Amino acid sequence: MNRYFLRRLLHAVPVAFGVVTVVFLLLHMMPGDPVEIMLGESAVPALKEELRKELHLDRPVLVQYVEFLAGLPRGDLGVSFRSHEPVAREIARRFPATLLLAATSIAVAILVALPLGMLAATRRGKAADYLSGIAAMLSLSIPNFLLGPLLVLAFSVQMGILPVSGYGSARHLVLPAATLGTGMAALLTRMVRATLLEELRKEYVTAAEARGLSRRAAVAMHALRNALVPVATVLGLSFGAVLAGSVIAETIFAWPGIGRLLIQAIDARDYPLVQGCVLVIALCTVAVNLATDLLCARLDPRIRYE
Amino acid sequence: MNELLRRTARHRGAAAGLAVLAVMVLAAALAPVLATHDPFVQSLDEGLTGPTAAHWLGQDKFGRDVFSRLLHGARLSLAVGIGTVSISLAIGLIAGSLAGFLGGWADRVFTSTCDVLLAFPGILLAIGIAAVRGPSFGNVLFALSVLGWVGYARVIRAQVLKVKAMEFVESARAVGAPPSRMLLTHILPNALSPILVEATFGVARAIVAEAGLSFLGLGVAAPAASWGSMIGEGRHFLFVAPHLVTAPGAAILLTVMAFNFVGDGLRDALDVREDMR
Repeated sequence: MNRYFLRRLLHAVPVAFGVVTVVFLLLHMMPGDPVEIMLGESAVPALKEELRKELHLDRPVLVQYVEFLAGLPRGDLGVSFRSHEPVAREIARRFPATLLLAATSIAVAILVALPLGMLAATRRGKAADYLSGIAAMLSLSIPNFLLGPLLVLAFSVQMGILPVSGYGSARHLVLPAATLGTGMAALLTRMVRATLLEELRKEYVTAAEARGLSRRAAVAMHALRNALVPVATVLGLSFGAVLAGSVIAETIFAWPGIGRLLIQAIDARDYPLVQGCVLVIALCTVAVNLATDLLCARLDPRIRYE
Repeated sequence: MNELLRRTARHRGAAAGLAVLAVMVLAAALAPVLATHDPFVQSLDEGLTGPTAAHWLGQDKFGRDVFSRLLHGARLSLAVGIGTVSISLAIGLIAGSLAGFLGGWADRVFTSTCDVLLAFPGILLAIGIAAVRGPSFGNVLFALSVLGWVGYARVIRAQVLKVKAMEFVESARAVGAPPSRMLLTHILPNALSPILVEATFGVARAIVAEAGLSFLGLGVAAPAASWGSMIGEGRHFLFVAPHLVTAPGAAILLTVMAFNFVGDGLRDALDVREDMR
């Protein structure tokens, strides 16, 4: 049993290593001298030299890479070129807001998708199934950079019941969470429907009904439990998509999280901060994917004995 | 091919999707003729006006004609979609067949590269690349292709591995047939169906990704007309000029749904099982 866990853990290490390498290389993909791009070509040479030293760009690339790697275990992601604060501290300050937003949108997605998926599966081919299918298709097709402004148009401009943007109260959370959660809710609804339909065809459900359980009890007590493992997998794997989507959602709603920080850093040409944000989001994704796989292996023994 | 078209068109959604795409391609091709105005000419005193007889979809904050910009935006969207998929396909074909044929360390390098690239969620890596490279058409293609090739490469690799294990391949090798011939005569024809389906969804994904990058100001440099940047600029005027968001939004939504419906139809017509990704 532990072999699966060990193998999965050992797989995550080189992936994380590769992610770090790609992010490190980002700065070296710039068309030209990073220092000149950040300060402008006409900057005073002494200033350029100072920044070059501060960013360690005066050393050989390999040395820079080793230093970058060596800093990571200490949580050293470099220093912001604008604020001269450690990148890690800036990110840590913004991270709770993103976590709140992501957790809320995932929770809402689950609360919408579970009943809707169950409804669609148990009323297969009926109006409810058809309608939820159309809603899911639409929700999956609409990009979040369009959904966000449309929600603002409907709920802030037309109805005037929710704030356009900002942070601080539960009402501020509604629209950004809806923007981020809608696509995920649609994906989950489809997944719940599909896996539940598959489980409902199995003999143990028939057996449960033969024992006198109602259809509803058979679904709730038996089929749903088994259908939840694939659903949990999808849920875990889409956490990364939610984090990536937060870049756009946070930009639309001026939400002070790491996604907005990334865009602000890009606008300010603060490349150490850009690197840090991309790295943290990507590594979080790797970690959550790993956790999802391990959790699913615990829930479903078939996975670890494969 | 005719048979394929007929079977796809029998799918109701796919038929509608094909019709929408035909209109879009025509609109993009004839954009200079159909456009009622120059998409770049500003008239600041008419900024943010709603639809009028002269400007069917209104004017943006610079007074530029939204309808004309929408048409030119269709060109950009199609160019990015088709460009990204073509580049990704070419890379995927080479990488996937090399990994499949060579096996061993080449395959391990391939698999780890895919794992690392897929660890970056959504358009995060494209955002990072576009951010350091700066806004331009070429950089958008580059940023989207860096991740785009993985899907095609995996399809090709899987097909190579499957075919490689068959007996006739061993006999072909025994009589001295080069791997390139195997690739052309046995592997590509078999991999064509899943690749066609993947490419159809790929165009839609690339169009959305470009619009997302442009929305964030990381796409094609201003003043080029991109549906994404039109929404990005328009969202600041939702109170006075909502058409600046709804018009390009409808264009994107229609296009994406059209590609997705056609992709679904193709998948059913070609009977491709969803085993990728």
